Amino acid sequence: MLPFFTENFGNPHSRHHAYGWVAEEAVEQARAQIAVLIGARAKEIIFTSGATESSNLAIQGLARMHRAKKDHIITVVTEHKCVLDSCRYLESEGFTVTRLGVSQSGLIDLGELEAAIGPRTLLVSVMAVNNEIGVIQPLAEIGTLCRRHGVYFHTDAAQAVGKIALDVDGMNIDLLSLSGHKLYGPKGIGALFVRRKPRIRLQAMMVGGGQELGMRSGTLATPLCVGLGEACRLAGLEMATERTRLLGLRERLRVGLCDKMTAVQVNGDLEHRIPGNLNLSFAYIEGERLLTVLKDIAVSAGSACSSASVEPSYVLRALGLDAELAHASLRIGLGRTTSEEEIDYAIAHIVDGVGRLRAESPLWQMYCEGVDTRQADWGRL
Amino acid sequence: MTAVTAYLDYNATAPIRPSAAKAVASALELLGNPSSVHRFGRLAHGLLESSRESVAAFVNAQPGGVIFTSGGSEANALALTGFPGRRVLTSAIEHPSVLAFGQTTPIAVDSEGVVDLGRLEEALALAQGPSMVAVMLANNETGVIEPLAAVSGLAHRYGALVHCDAVQAAGRMGLDIHDLGVDSLSISAHKLGGPPGVGALVLADPDAAITPLLRGGGQERRRRAGTENLPGIAGFAAAIADCHPMPQLSVWRDRIEQRLCQALPNITIFSQSVSRLPGTSCLALPGISAKIIVMALDLAGVAVSAGAACSSGKVAASHVLEAMGAGGLAETAIRVSMGWASQARDADIFVEAFLALAERLGQCPAGSAELMRG
Repeated sequence: MLPFFTENFGNPHSRHHAYGWVAEEAVEQARAQIAVLIGARAKEIIFTSGATESSNLAIQGLARMHRAKKDHIITVVTEHKCVLDSCRYLESEGFTVTRLGVSQSGLIDLGELEAAIGPRTLLVSVMAVNNEIGVIQPLAEIGTLCRRHGVYFHTDAAQAVGKIALDVDGMNIDLLSLSGHKLYGPKGIGALFVRRKPRIRLQAMMVGGGQELGMRSGTLATPLCVGLGEACRLAGLEMATERTRLLGLRERLRVGLCDKMTAVQVNGDLEHRIPGNLNLSFAYIEGERLLTVLKDIAVSAGSACSSASVEPSYVLRALGLDAELAHASLRIGLGRTTSEEEIDYAIAHIVDGVGRLRAESPLWQMYCEGVDTRQADWGRL
Repeated sequence: MTAVTAYLDYNATAPIRPSAAKAVASALELLGNPSSVHRFGRLAHGLLESSRESVAAFVNAQPGGVIFTSGGSEANALALTGFPGRRVLTSAIEHPSVLAFGQTTPIAVDSEGVVDLGRLEEALALAQGPSMVAVMLANNETGVIEPLAAVSGLAHRYGALVHCDAVQAAGRMGLDIHDLGVDSLSISAHKLGGPPGVGALVLADPDAAITPLLRGGGQERRRRAGTENLPGIAGFAAAIADCHPMPQLSVWRDRIEQRLCQALPNITIFSQSVSRLPGTSCLALPGISAKIIVMALDLAGVAVSAGAACSSGKVAASHVLEAMGAGGLAETAIRVSMGWASQARDADIFVEAFLALAERLGQCPAGSAELMRG
């Protein structure tokens, strides 16, 4: 990637000199590397500034292109904000949006999805892997269902690409968003897969120079494209071994924490889940203080986009957690650089931190004394 | 890349400044997401905000007015869709990323490429409902500098907002959002020696209510969703810190034009009599297609361009030159543009290669076939 910031700095759209050609060739190689990882063809990959832009373009671009005939969109309450906010904005333009709920496992119900599809339904947008709880939705089944009903299927795969095997043809995916920095590529770059057979047409959000088949204008950032391509190539090579390694670390962490503490719950399905994610709730603590006692380890309460806010996670609320428990939750993301030592450090640190918070909590004392505070009749206590 | 000996296509993209490359590289090692609350996130957040201050100071705006984007095209799209209900009036020579949002008949320019204020006033007077005027500060093809302060004064008298695409001007001339009197301006990092993939929309009023283009996340004070491209943003700020006036670019540009005019009496230099960016020249030799000139110069190791770089391979006649009434000459015009790392020898290499080419073409007027054989 780095040489394309410095010596090979040409504008890939400059068609008439060598600087431009070198840049263009590198961009096209990157496009092919991304395509290979998801079973697509290079021409179906549109570069964007990130998954947020990809999902905005996929949903709003498709909706605006088809609004005369179809105006209903189905999505899920646990989607990333870029999908939910795009849908909400389309409602203000006259679209109807159905937001499916999820079970306690975080998975959608396929019967409920099928029942929601009607004659005006244009698009189903379901994320591949949830960013907070790591749960993997049944993409192939959703794709089959959408194809059968003649409905487009978009998936926000920012958290899935490079972590689970994806095959846009086998899964009947029509539009797929991905992000560079979530798969160890650079920030500021992402891509949107746009199926060509049958051809999907989108109304561009950024217009002008006509780059990216007219679907996304703007000078491509050659080094970032190259970085994303290389990240995809490496992810393809390492996915299988990394999966096994991370699963081992994740289980070491989960078992380590659950063995040493009670009243801890794992949020979301453990089986249909990427190996690098663990999301836990600790009952009987003050959630707001959790991150401050754990300040030596980098974890988060919810997703990064909203973690500056103090609202409890809407994803965890959708799984049925009450606001208090949703607050007292941690998202732990493991990745390529995570080691066993870090896992053991995290276990000791979390056990200690949660223990200290619980020591100050009257509710915890009541729980230890056998009073079930959740069932308690507070008037009689 | 050793074959190329002179790069004169800065208006397409500039080489990255060493300071910017360094800033990108060190920010790449900083792994935090600026929106995360943990320590890594807070470090990233600090870098993001200090970069925002640099960009703000660069155009004499407030940091709160700076919205980082993926580049100039996105900044223009955000500005021109961000105030719904306002009809967009653009000049005829705008970049396509601005023109696409405008009215069917854009505001005319004169034969030198300067926007016609009389026509602008007519359009403003005729407009039903609120408007937004979009006029670029410096044109990407001719380098012509537009009278933005006058445009703003006029537009504001009619209650219109003014957006200015300053992508080509930034780093090549002084830039002060208040002197220009505009409500918003777009800048792009890679045109001024920063990394590609990052730009900004700067609002004169940091609290102006702008409707976001990209939704889904509270970044950029809810005005632009998406994880911030922090290495790009840090590189952008570093490049800005190194932008200094380069009067020598005008000297070299004038020498190019003088030497070509002396040797080739039928050459046309566009917009020579009005104020232009220091390093940009747009010129045409009647009867010889720009594509042939550009490709032949490339073989000689000189990179220039025919029109803008963005029109996905097609060499369409320039809408800018057509708006200036250049007629058939529009298809023959090439653009020479220099910038921060240019040297006097680049200008000389270009002149010699161009004159040699003109001589060859002059010797065989049917010309092009032989040339393509190399």
